Amino acid sequence: MRVLIKRRVIAAAVVAGLCGSAADAATTITVAAFPALDAAVKAAIPLYKKLHPDVEIKLVSLAYADHHVAMTTSLATGANLPDVMAVEVGFIGKFAESGGLEDLGKPPYNAAQFKDKFARFTVPQATGPNGSLAAIPADIGPGTLLYRKDLMDKAGVTEADLTKSWESYIESGKKLKAATGAYLVASAADIKDIYIRSGLKDGEGVYFDKAGKSVVDTPRFVKAFELAKAAHTAGVDGKISAWSNEWSEGFKRGQIGTQMMGAWLAGHLQTWLAPNTKGAWRAAQLPAGAFASWGGSFYAIPTKAANKTEAWEFIKFLTLDKKMQIESFRKLDAFPALIEAQNDPFIDQPIDVLGGQKARQLWKVAAEKIPAIDVDKYDSIAQEIVNAELEKVIEQNKDIPKALADAKALIERRARRR
Amino acid sequence: MEAPMSIDRSGAAAPAKSRRRLQPWEWAPYVFISPFFILFLCFGLFPLLFSVWLSFHSWDAATGLGGMTWVGIENYEFVLGDEWFHKSLFNTFWLAIASGLPQHLVAIPLAFFAHTYLAKYRNTVVGIYFLPFITSSVAIALVFNSLFSRDFGIVNVVLTSIGNFEVAGLHPLSWLFPTTNIDWGQPQYTKPMIAFVVFWRYVGWNTVLYLSALQTIPHDLYEAATIDGASRRQQFWYITLPLLKPMMFLAVTMTIIGNLQLFEEPFIITSGTGGLDQAGKTAAMHMYNTAFVDSDFGTASAVAWVLFMLIALLTVVNNKIFSQKD
Repeated sequence: MRVLIKRRVIAAAVVAGLCGSAADAATTITVAAFPALDAAVKAAIPLYKKLHPDVEIKLVSLAYADHHVAMTTSLATGANLPDVMAVEVGFIGKFAESGGLEDLGKPPYNAAQFKDKFARFTVPQATGPNGSLAAIPADIGPGTLLYRKDLMDKAGVTEADLTKSWESYIESGKKLKAATGAYLVASAADIKDIYIRSGLKDGEGVYFDKAGKSVVDTPRFVKAFELAKAAHTAGVDGKISAWSNEWSEGFKRGQIGTQMMGAWLAGHLQTWLAPNTKGAWRAAQLPAGAFASWGGSFYAIPTKAANKTEAWEFIKFLTLDKKMQIESFRKLDAFPALIEAQNDPFIDQPIDVLGGQKARQLWKVAAEKIPAIDVDKYDSIAQEIVNAELEKVIEQNKDIPKALADAKALIERRARRR
Repeated sequence: MEAPMSIDRSGAAAPAKSRRRLQPWEWAPYVFISPFFILFLCFGLFPLLFSVWLSFHSWDAATGLGGMTWVGIENYEFVLGDEWFHKSLFNTFWLAIASGLPQHLVAIPLAFFAHTYLAKYRNTVVGIYFLPFITSSVAIALVFNSLFSRDFGIVNVVLTSIGNFEVAGLHPLSWLFPTTNIDWGQPQYTKPMIAFVVFWRYVGWNTVLYLSALQTIPHDLYEAATIDGASRRQQFWYITLPLLKPMMFLAVTMTIIGNLQLFEEPFIITSGTGGLDQAGKTAAMHMYNTAFVDSDFGTASAVAWVLFMLIALLTVVNNKIFSQKD
């Protein structure tokens, strides 16, 4: 009997507790994100709660790769879907084509009206093949050339030498190698990766044309392969892959003279890659007038999400609220996709790791010029195949046209279900 | 007291017997055993059958269950004719032999040595050999990546310092050892490196298996052999090895199955890509990448079932080899 009473008391307490919390917050929305984007969400929660005290926000954060595997599984099964889903640019093409995300261009969202508010290359990235807008951009990674000013000075190389043309860039590398022993680029593939993205017009894809045909045997790729091979023949590439031990060690020991990547790399250099080289770096636009983007995050709403209205309100707050975008720009150095936020005075702040250079002004210019490239769900497969063929060209002296023809055949085989 | 009564009630007619109410002692065992079957149905049998079903479909998981389209045996045709799958199979067999064979060739003598010569320290020694088996794979990846780092790894430091060893202005060892840093990321080194890590990780496990089998061999056999004047080597050859055969069968079967499903070590060593030229990409990795990188779950299921048939076939062959000589 006693046990029974006890049980009833507990049950009553539990029910009361549930009712109580339900009364406090009418809805709880779940946000799924990955680092470092989750920090932006974390920063947004208290600000959002001031405006909407009735909404609870639950943040679920997983490592980058795990997050996207988990989201794929959730979309597949329709279970455990968050209300707000963060998507990195590497997966946006796949997710946008899947049909598992709300078309934010349509009512009740009508996000198409905000298109011009964002960096111009971002919206096409989130647009599916049928014109649906699957996600709203949050932050971007304008591409930049970071170089070691001290090493270049020693070698008598100027910034103009590096950025004038690709030939002059590689030539500078020879001087750099001779004077300091440092490599110009970590990997020759970096040169190829920029070159295949340069000179693209809005609506063109890197690996595929509008009809979904692979374009990897075009002169753009031939030239990119030739440049990469020339860099390797000149001995200015370190054959170091990004994010490896050698890479960070190479930065720390001053063995890598330049690195082309998203502007956010400056922050990584300062915090963990090579804090000892603080002040020695400078930023420039990419060589030969190329503009490209690295990374970038989006927020989407799954079609089967439970609280779409609240989710949309929160996404609008994260992406369209100037104050919020400036907040994450200032605190997390996440380059805002919202153009209004790019005009914040923070853009004129000197950057320590770049020796006080006001490089964000430079990146803003880059963000305007990056072409609105069309993304394809087979881009990652194409990239893998092209990289493998470049490796054969560099290491085994494979003929370039042959390598690209092989790449094309492999890509079309794997993209068989277009 | 109730049991005889129920018999009474049922009488002689068989149909009446089946209609009677089940008694608790009759259904209770099924309730007690049901958790296993429920879990097995949900997490074992259902995924298994679903993947068979899936292997006949084209499915990008992100599109949800509605996105499945029937394609018949197209997935199997694609997989069997796929260059990447062939390569990953070749890598798998290469690694299975290069890492599996030495495991047993080292583990059997090692277990014999530990069993015969080590008395006091046997458990400590075997424990040390067993340690890699229970080490976290992330830690293994970190350790091996720093050991085999091209510019800063200790392996290259040791090799090049031997290669550059100088006596009177000559480098007598430079023909055998490298004088400049080796790039271990190159395709020709990827497989040996993975094979070494797998060998290092599982040799202790096999040693423990063989040691436990050795401990079941009766001592009087050895005593009798010693009286008959058999040497230690003869004892090993004519007593230990034949009596180890059942355990060898078990251990080799497990190695075959494990090595054909090899995933974790190559995955972490090549950070999921399979390395340059896919030199370290195993069939299981190919399956994973097809599903989760290429989002082609149908083809990935077909890879899984082709792999399953291969493993089943090899297990049968293994079974035949070991049962023949009996």
